[in-house]
Amino acid sequence: MNMVLEAPHLPLIGKRLRQEASRDDRIKLGFMAVIGFYLIIALGAPLFVMLSKSFSTYRFDLAAFEFQVSDETGANWGPVVSAEALNRELGAVADGELSTNSDGRLAATKFFPEFSFRSPVHYRIRGTTNEAAFLAGSTLEKGTEWRDYDSSEFRRVVLRPERSLGVANFVTYFSTPALAQSIRNSVLMAAISTVFTVAIAFALAFGLTRSCMPLKGLFRGILTIPILVPSLLPGIALVYLFGTQGVFKDWLLGYSIYGPIGIVIGSIFFTLPHAFLIILTALSVADARHYEAAASLKASKWRTFKTVTVPGARFGLVSAAFVVFTLVITDFGLPKVIGGQYGMLAVDIYKQVIGQQNFEMGAVVSVILLVPAILAFAVDRRMQKRQVALLSARAVPYAPKPNARTDALCFSFACLVSLFILGMIAMCQIAAVVKFWPYDLSLTTKNFAFDLMDGGGWAAYGNSIRLAMLTALFGSIIVFAGAYMVEKADGFRVGRGIFHFLAMMPMAVPGMVLGLAYIFFFNNPANPLNAIYGTMTILVVSTVTHFYTVAHLTALTALKQMDPEFESVAASLKQPFHRLFFRVTVPVCLPAILNIAIYLFVNAMTTVSAVVFLYSTDTKLASVAVLNMDDAGDIAPAAAMGIMIFYTNVAAKLIHALIARGLLKRTQAWR
Amino acid sequence: MNRRMLFMLTGAMSAVLPAIAFAETQLTVYTAIEAVDLDRYKETFEKAHPDIKINWVRDSTGVMTAKLLAEKDNPQADVVWGLAATSLLLLKTEGMLEAYEPKGVAELDKKFVDKDTPPSWVGMDAYVAALCYNTVEGQKLGLTAPTSWEDLTKPEYKGHVVMPNPASSGTGFLDVSGWLQMWGEEKAWSFMDKLHENISAYTHSGSKPCKMAGAGEAVIGVSFEFPGAKAKSAGAPIDIIFPSEGSGWEAEATAIIAGTANLEAAKTLVDWSVTKEANEMYNAGYAVVAYPGVAKQVEHLPNDIASKMIENDFEWAANSRGAILKEWQKRYDAKSEPKT
Repeated sequence: MNMVLEAPHLPLIGKRLRQEASRDDRIKLGFMAVIGFYLIIALGAPLFVMLSKSFSTYRFDLAAFEFQVSDETGANWGPVVSAEALNRELGAVADGELSTNSDGRLAATKFFPEFSFRSPVHYRIRGTTNEAAFLAGSTLEKGTEWRDYDSSEFRRVVLRPERSLGVANFVTYFSTPALAQSIRNSVLMAAISTVFTVAIAFALAFGLTRSCMPLKGLFRGILTIPILVPSLLPGIALVYLFGTQGVFKDWLLGYSIYGPIGIVIGSIFFTLPHAFLIILTALSVADARHYEAAASLKASKWRTFKTVTVPGARFGLVSAAFVVFTLVITDFGLPKVIGGQYGMLAVDIYKQVIGQQNFEMGAVVSVILLVPAILAFAVDRRMQKRQVALLSARAVPYAPKPNARTDALCFSFACLVSLFILGMIAMCQIAAVVKFWPYDLSLTTKNFAFDLMDGGGWAAYGNSIRLAMLTALFGSIIVFAGAYMVEKADGFRVGRGIFHFLAMMPMAVPGMVLGLAYIFFFNNPANPLNAIYGTMTILVVSTVTHFYTVAHLTALTALKQMDPEFESVAASLKQPFHRLFFRVTVPVCLPAILNIAIYLFVNAMTTVSAVVFLYSTDTKLASVAVLNMDDAGDIAPAAAMGIMIFYTNVAAKLIHALIARGLLKRTQAWR
Repeated sequence: MNRRMLFMLTGAMSAVLPAIAFAETQLTVYTAIEAVDLDRYKETFEKAHPDIKINWVRDSTGVMTAKLLAEKDNPQADVVWGLAATSLLLLKTEGMLEAYEPKGVAELDKKFVDKDTPPSWVGMDAYVAALCYNTVEGQKLGLTAPTSWEDLTKPEYKGHVVMPNPASSGTGFLDVSGWLQMWGEEKAWSFMDKLHENISAYTHSGSKPCKMAGAGEAVIGVSFEFPGAKAKSAGAPIDIIFPSEGSGWEAEATAIIAGTANLEAAKTLVDWSVTKEANEMYNAGYAVVAYPGVAKQVEHLPNDIASKMIENDFEWAANSRGAILKEWQKRYDAKSEPKT
């Protein structure tokens, strides 16, 4: 009897059984570690290196230099004095002027107020350390040996700074009005664009879900067009529409399109689809019973709108607002083209790095740009957690009833916005085939002769397609496998938590910041991965990483829809997980995987920000070519290349739709 | 017998020739010359030296300079052929250039050669600051064409002048350093203060102001002669004006990267880059070249551009660059507030 009662020990056997099955788990853990390692290499480590770069400062170390001055004969030398002692005596250089950048130079003559280049006096200079560097004219001198110059030579001697650690870069940044101003400008532009975009997107989504206006499918298609073009393109379109020679220049009442107006209009254009799709999703889950309750309580239309419609979509609205805010504040292409003199953070990074080769200051601006993006991201995450299921099992789907006035209003608003979107694209198309705007409007194809311009020519277009395909292929594999490990692996909660966090991080990291971080991390001879610098591989890695989060979430959503029972059944049938994965999981999730692939493809075609620092001569990209051609003033060819990207993405979308339809018929019959 | 010998010889030759072709030296050459010129320069050089093959790495001046500096500890280039002399001076001060006196360098105009012996860089051609003036838009607005830098500060041009930002464009910097060298600090800064009042935009690229003037986006573009001539050929209604006070200029130049594994081939390329033949090649686009007496007139450009060039002290410009830009940004960047 007692023996039987001891039966509760039996689960021990069960546990042992599970341990045997855990060979699978070990493989899964291994996979997760590999993909986690990928994210650390592709994201964590570069960001860390960039952060440390922002604290790498340059300072003139006066104690490191010693001088000797001769008498008039040039033969008898005076006492040895250090630059530091001279400066203490003279106060020639203020302490603040000693901190500089990597390109800093300090004239040695500053320490000799009596200096005249005609005097027969000779000067000697040496370093007290081997690292102390100075220039005689443009010749670099280093080391502790005395070097002798006559007065006319000594006038050309300048000291070089030494590298150290500190917050001096941040001090310089905040004490440079033009740079600090960019923070205000960026936040202001992002805030204004967010208000406009979310309002417009909400009105459109409302029309599509709550009215009976016609052509809903068509509008949905048109409203997602801006996703298919680089953010530079609306900038170019705006120049043609509202620039000094613009078609509708007078509409601006004398204000210039170059600057805040252009940034806001362009931002609305390229962020609208993102906001629209989020709010559309939020509005489409509506419970008809709430509206019935409102109607039976005789609530006015406005009151129903205020108390039912808006609160129901509030999480979508907040989410959309944060997405738009982050997109605008981190976007680089649009303000570069249309921003004029209006300083924005993302453009500052480019200016510091490409214009002035001041990598440290670029890193500082990057760190600053990370702050609003991470803040927006964190707040959004918190809000998402508080979201409760709006749609209970008993919900009744809402079906709008025809209302002539509302429908007409919604329809005409949708028409207006569609006209705005199509107008921008059409303007670029026209600009691309006109000979010499605005003086010679005859048609030509010469703007498509990209090989004769800066930017990389048709090879760049080919590279872009290659990048997009590689990104779609490897990105889908990495992202889906990673999401599978997070969702379906048992145990290792901590590991999965860390992995999920890493996967969410790219959302908060602006492309410019990622690109610059990659330079610091990969372009270091000591890094074993240095070899991928300047290759297509680094472009693929950066693009996959840059767009990781949305793809990850898509995969996760699809996997969540799969019953965990599959895993249990497979385990009890002693099937290895990879068989289940390839036989069941992948086919079932195929629509989601295809969506991830096309998402990555389209974004790889249009992205500029991360890759602008990483492309090399052999891997120039179409989107970067748009930027560089516009930069060189070849704006019509820039528009032509932008249009090529647009058509490529449209074609990709169509092919995706065809493949999806064919495959879905075969694999999704069970649905 | 003879025929057989010949046959054997040909056989031997054909066996040896590919081996020779295989033994050719590959040079990685960084450059910022115009995209259209790449193939022409490469072909002309390789015809003269079939044993050396050029692999171009090309980008704009700013990007190329940034790239070279970023690769300081692990240089990828063998030679830089066609980069601004000021940029090369920057590399020189980092100890990145191999000093070398090319054969025949004595023939070149002294102002196109590094002052040190042996020189670290040798010039090819010059680009010279110039104004692009849109005659159609000027007429519409009732303006007269400027003839001098001083003219640009006239109130009538308010909002019609575009110039490159010296902080991000080499052309912008040569303008500013030109004014400073021509007039001295005080006069130059007070000129720029007044000019700033008329500027509608500071662009990132040096050729863009001219193209903007060509497209009527601006009336006057402060730029240099090359894009001016190019825009004019494309049909832009512009006049290319060289201000009467004289113009700042920049040399495109050649240098060997220190530590190159292909030093002999690099020297061969630099030797060739200073030849008369090479300079004739540069002259196809550039009106002023380093080899005296070679330059022929370039379409749409006057033939006396060389006389407009000021005495340019590259070393002073390179060593003062940081201080000049700091001052410039303090004065004008902070003020470049939106006009709305």
